[in-house]
Amino acid sequence: MLVNRKLVLAHFWLAFAVFGFALFLGAWQMFVRSPLYTWISNPEWYYRSLTAHGTVMGYVFPTLVAMGFGYAISESALKQPLVGVRWAWTGFWLIVAGSVMAMVPVALGRASVLYTFYPPLIGSAFYYIGVVLVVVGSWIWVALMSINLRVWRREHPGEPVPLAMFANVAGSYLWAWTAVGAALELLLQIIPVALGWRTTIDAGLARVFFSWTLHAIVYFWLMPTYIAYYTIVPRAIGGRLYSDTMGRIAFILFLVVAMPIGIHHTFADPQVGAGFKFIHSAFTALVALPTLLTVFTICASVEIAARLRGGRGPFGWIAALPWDNPIMLAVAFSFVLLGFGGAGGLINMSYQLDTTIHNTQWITGHFHLIFGGAIVIMYFAIAYDLWPHLTGRALPTLSLVRAQLWLWFVGMIVTTFPWHWVGILGMPRRMAYYDYSDPAISPQAFSVTLSAIGAFVLLISGLLFLYILATAHRQPATDAGAYRFSVPVHPVRTVPLALNSYAIWVALMIGLTITNYAYPILTLAARSDTSVPAVYVGAQ
Amino acid sequence: MSARELFTFRNPYFSAGVGLAAGLFFLTALGGFIVLPYAQTELKFAGLWDAICSAAGLPQRSASVPTAKVGPRLSEAVLTPTMLARPGQESIGRGATLAQRCAICHGPTGISRADSPNLAGQYASVIYKELLDFRSGARRNAVMSPFAVDLKDQDMADLAAYYAYLPRLPAYHPTPQLPRPRIVIYGAPVRGIAPCGSCHGSLDNKTGSPWLEGQSEAYLKAQLQAFASGQRTNDISQQMRNIARAMTPQEIDEAAAYYASQPAEIVKTTD
Repeated sequence: MLVNRKLVLAHFWLAFAVFGFALFLGAWQMFVRSPLYTWISNPEWYYRSLTAHGTVMGYVFPTLVAMGFGYAISESALKQPLVGVRWAWTGFWLIVAGSVMAMVPVALGRASVLYTFYPPLIGSAFYYIGVVLVVVGSWIWVALMSINLRVWRREHPGEPVPLAMFANVAGSYLWAWTAVGAALELLLQIIPVALGWRTTIDAGLARVFFSWTLHAIVYFWLMPTYIAYYTIVPRAIGGRLYSDTMGRIAFILFLVVAMPIGIHHTFADPQVGAGFKFIHSAFTALVALPTLLTVFTICASVEIAARLRGGRGPFGWIAALPWDNPIMLAVAFSFVLLGFGGAGGLINMSYQLDTTIHNTQWITGHFHLIFGGAIVIMYFAIAYDLWPHLTGRALPTLSLVRAQLWLWFVGMIVTTFPWHWVGILGMPRRMAYYDYSDPAISPQAFSVTLSAIGAFVLLISGLLFLYILATAHRQPATDAGAYRFSVPVHPVRTVPLALNSYAIWVALMIGLTITNYAYPILTLAARSDTSVPAVYVGAQ
Repeated sequence: MSARELFTFRNPYFSAGVGLAAGLFFLTALGGFIVLPYAQTELKFAGLWDAICSAAGLPQRSASVPTAKVGPRLSEAVLTPTMLARPGQESIGRGATLAQRCAICHGPTGISRADSPNLAGQYASVIYKELLDFRSGARRNAVMSPFAVDLKDQDMADLAAYYAYLPRLPAYHPTPQLPRPRIVIYGAPVRGIAPCGSCHGSLDNKTGSPWLEGQSEAYLKAQLQAFASGQRTNDISQQMRNIARAMTPQEIDEAAAYYASQPAEIVKTTD
């Protein structure tokens, strides 16, 4: 039951349009700092582009996908029209306004601070206020998801919340809480300095605040992908979900352990004590748990589908899978990329191993592999799966869809594997120019070139994706039927209250944030000698 | 079911969730605050509480190790981009009077004939910072230091305002403009050298960095050599010393000759 299709389509189209734009910037950046090009002579252009790419890809694109998908889930899983449609549009327009407001100063070169802000670097206040508007717009979505679930619960007392909606609301709560870190940093620290009310800033405290957001935001990006794993994949390939309970536990675990781990982003920062770094490192290891649960459950679900199709033997069933089905391809690619990305992540979260790759291209390679690879490829799958229901028209051709997914998968590997490699060799990140004629880094020229070629494969794949979605609007009208989610092997009749509500888990999320973050934040905030003069971008 | 049934240890999910979270926190805290600090044999603690405080990141001032002041005096100047940005007419006028005693080296119009820096149109923050450093002893020069010793803060601000106010004029012995050497355009990233222009104009200008166009070649070269040898130490956080040390003598010559050959008029106005 999809009533507000325009609302969902608006979110998706805006998300994918800005994604296409940022993809261009990304490919251009890979090109100009590779040996394929002499260099742009002005690093400012590079950082301007980098700021736009990061801001769009990190804040605007995934937030819009999560929101659009969230509205679609709310209507089709709860089988009730969305409550608060006007508010939903308000949130959407806030994001549009915020994005424009943030991008104008970036385009003018007044906010080349990168999407992670990097105080004491300070850009135009409009950039930060724009980002705040994007976050406020998404908070409206958080509230609406909660309200819609409440409305449904009133009419279905005691019934199990459908898994898709349960996960969706868990994702929205995670986002609401994790965005608080960056919001505090922006409102208490950066914006007063950007407006000129103060000229000094506590860069160390700001980094701790940002780490609060920076890691859990990845799990917010991941939520639509995991929801697709559990609730789209088994249905799309003709199977059943192996365990509904396992899904609930995985999403609950994300809610609880995604938050108190962000300090592993500040391993090299002197302002955080080594004890807290160790605690965060150990908690980061826990995040592997919901992912391993998910990989197990989805592999089991996929096996069920394969055996239903006549697959035999301990591994023979893999051949029986519907490999011409785009969703099957997407989930396989996503798992492969997630596997490599996750393995790299284990190195990042280890206090000692991290020192070898800290601030190198390894890190950039890692988060592109996880986000651009494992996560975004499932965003494609979600769009392909939902599109016929949103447009009332079938996708033009599945072979083009398969080609697009293959290109993205290959492109992502060609881009990120050499990227990791040069990181191990010590190539620093966030630099606009590398002198490949120097004997110290000339051996890395080949890997960087390969990586840049991969970026163009990704660009082609991204454009193909937009082309497929756009042409789908001109196909003859068909009835795609009601949008359904996958059915578990064992029908869900009753669910323990703890797995059907959030109170315990939200309390634990907040509790662990306090135990793991309160002391580092309060001690830094209480000290008077930790502020440094702000460095204004473009100031003379 | 109500919240009362949810938040009770009779609820297995609640007891497992809270128990595991608390247990993990306790175990990791034990590891991070007690086991690991003591596992590092090079760290010495006065006691358990000392080890915990150290791991928690509480800043400690160890009384047993005297912090001896070694090395040269460092710059104490603190600059912000907006400092001295809008001087009054009175300040410029006072600066003009004070500047009469500078004219013998820096020229009556702020253009030097004596291989001293040309000050006409230099950024106010730059002049102010160098004067502060000469007065504090962070920068030393047999001729310049005695002039700066008696200057008050206001005198320095006025001098800075006056020289910043003067128009940029061509240098005395302009040579034909030289092409930009690599070190100026690209720096040498592998040796950690940023392009000169990323602080000294043309690409970007950082507060406290002077523009260099049309300055005396001998002066620029001498300063780079002084930074490289550690004789000059008033650059904040060793920014220039780190760069100059990594530059080859040929790059120093090229950079000095290039900047000396540039007309000062091309420096972009900032106000």
